[in-house]
Amino acid sequence: MLSFVLRRFGVMTLTMLSLTVIVFYMVNLEPNLRKLALNQIEMRSSDEQIESWLAREGYRQNFFVRYGQWLGVVQKQPTLDPATGKAVPRFSYCGEPAEPFYGGILQGDFGCSTKFRTAVSAKLFSALVATGKLMFWVMATVVPISLLIGILAGMREGSRTDRTLSVISIATTATPEYVSGVIFTVIFASWLGWLNGSAASATAQGLTFYNFSLPVMTMAIYDIGYIARMTRASMVEVMTQQYIRTARLKGLSFSHVVIKHALRNALITPFTVIMLQVPWLLTGVVIVETMFRYQGFGFTLNEAAGNNDIDLLLGCSLVSVVVVLVTQLISDIGYAYLNPRIRVQ
Amino acid sequence: MQFDTIGWFAISVDVLGRFWPVWIAMAICLALSFGFRNKLGLYGDLFKIGVGVAGVVICLFWLFTAVFAPIIAPFDPLNQVAAMKDALPGTAVPDGSGIYYFGGDMLARDVFSRMVYGSRIVMLIAPFATAFSLIVGIGLGLPAGYYGGRVDSVLCFLANLVLAFPVILMLYLLVTPEIRQLSFDNWFSEATGIGVSIPRSLAALIFLFTTIFFLTLFSTRFKDRRDRYYLLIGLTILIGCWINAGLVFDADPLGIVHIDPNQLNIFVAVVLGSSPGLFRIVRGLTMDIKTRDYVAAAQTRGESVWYIMLWEVLPNARGPLIVDACLRVGYTTILLGTLGYFGLGVPPESPDWGTAIKDASRLLRAYIHPALPPALALLSFVLGLNLLADALREQSMKD
Repeated sequence: MLSFVLRRFGVMTLTMLSLTVIVFYMVNLEPNLRKLALNQIEMRSSDEQIESWLAREGYRQNFFVRYGQWLGVVQKQPTLDPATGKAVPRFSYCGEPAEPFYGGILQGDFGCSTKFRTAVSAKLFSALVATGKLMFWVMATVVPISLLIGILAGMREGSRTDRTLSVISIATTATPEYVSGVIFTVIFASWLGWLNGSAASATAQGLTFYNFSLPVMTMAIYDIGYIARMTRASMVEVMTQQYIRTARLKGLSFSHVVIKHALRNALITPFTVIMLQVPWLLTGVVIVETMFRYQGFGFTLNEAAGNNDIDLLLGCSLVSVVVVLVTQLISDIGYAYLNPRIRVQ
Repeated sequence: MQFDTIGWFAISVDVLGRFWPVWIAMAICLALSFGFRNKLGLYGDLFKIGVGVAGVVICLFWLFTAVFAPIIAPFDPLNQVAAMKDALPGTAVPDGSGIYYFGGDMLARDVFSRMVYGSRIVMLIAPFATAFSLIVGIGLGLPAGYYGGRVDSVLCFLANLVLAFPVILMLYLLVTPEIRQLSFDNWFSEATGIGVSIPRSLAALIFLFTTIFFLTLFSTRFKDRRDRYYLLIGLTILIGCWINAGLVFDADPLGIVHIDPNQLNIFVAVVLGSSPGLFRIVRGLTMDIKTRDYVAAAQTRGESVWYIMLWEVLPNARGPLIVDACLRVGYTTILLGTLGYFGLGVPPESPDWGTAIKDASRLLRAYIHPALPPALALLSFVLGLNLLADALREQSMKD
């Protein structure tokens, strides 16, 4: 088990390195650098001004040197003030020193956001907390509802309940967030007026049922169907097993058989699926947070990508890649733990 | 100014009437399919269950809508009639040229016509992108599953690398207008004078891969039948070069094959995003199928490795692949909507459903009618594909 986890960590590190190199390459393409420069200085700058700004701010150093700086194995250099020739900190608003220093991921320094004019870690941390709250409520809605639908549908395969619930779950998987978000807003905010069509107030004034239900509902609905269908398939398979028939023939009641004998075995698959669903939620987070103006991780990612905010975008990708890989690891380990027939080598 | 409007009943009758070519085409298609349902294999089996019929009907409806869009839509999707800004459903255009059945949007365009034309963009990209990702997935998944060992480890690492990329981040990085700018500052451009960009190189790679795939497919099977062999190989090379020239380098000598650079960019991103998933499915199926007796028989006959993979393993893996392809077309449709919703890679006036939903959702407090038609269109199409996939799965499990 230990060597399995260690090997997985090795592959994870390699994956993270490769992915950050790819992202780093993409954000440093010439047109993207020009976009960044135009955002940072004036919109109508000449090519020479852009070029001198990029050179002064260190964007013209060798690609691998800059990647090493971000990683923390090469020293970050301060910029030289063209007027006085003295060294000044590159990002004064992040409190960077005016001499060369090691400040990369390995030192725990995520760099500096050029869009929000603050340290990436500060921005990212509060955004992650906000998204964590959203995720918590989404999971708290999705897991019970989808498991219930799946178990009810899979309990008696082919029954009318099964057909109805299956069509409902197919319909919800066909409803992406931007469609359900629009429909829910029309129904609950425009017509009925029960809920707030924007979650902007949730960031400052805290979560309330009034401002937070729509984002949670919108995100939940897309996932419920998928997990419910997986639970149903797993439940149907378990219900055809010999030990279920034996338990029924022993004279146990149907509900007893379902709860005591079938459930535990039927829940192994949904557990894996729920864990692997977390990366998919990431896309939903970006859509929902942009749609309802909730300042979380997705909102930050959207802003960072729109402004080519290099350090913030790299921080966001690192976080999302870690989330994807860790959930994969947890689902593998959890699967082996829940199912004694599977042993990791 | 006073507008003539018609009621909800008249709107529904008129709208149903506008779809007349679709109804005729669907009637012919369904009657034929239903008549020959016992001879059509898996497709014919779909007509034996309600879910299958519903799926086929919805998918055919949108397919024919895309085909007949110019006949159905009363207006040009980009045409603006200034007086019709945010007009309510059923408002007649003042100059008497027609009626805005579903009203006008914030730029005074006809919501109904835009919805109809939006289906074209989906139908153009989603099935083709899925087909190409299927080919890439098969071409890499078969050797990974069949050989195992080091080939498998390397390909799996690459697939996991792409899978670990959150989809939305990949779209942001790959589908920006900046990335499309051609660069001439490299050895390839200096030699040939052709500009390169990341989407262009990837697209060329994907089409080259597809051509090689078909070459291998035909050469393994028809090596001993010279007449067919040369014909098929020749045709593949010709069509491969033609499509590559037209789609990637926009230099089709006949001027027929052409794609908007935006759409090529989206196409590349979608293929890149969905082929790793298909790769894993093909790999798993291959690992299962290679232990069967007919594979051992082919090995004993001394068939080449690629013959066994392409003509023994692949046909026996088709069931799950068809189901997954159906679901994936639906997923690609959702992805295209996401791109439109974020305004990535599509021009702002594009009539695709995602862009329409984005534009309308900004004004949801004031007007709701521009938002609902594209939202329901997207919903129904994806639902149809999912129902189809579900019915296919159910029917293919029966044998």
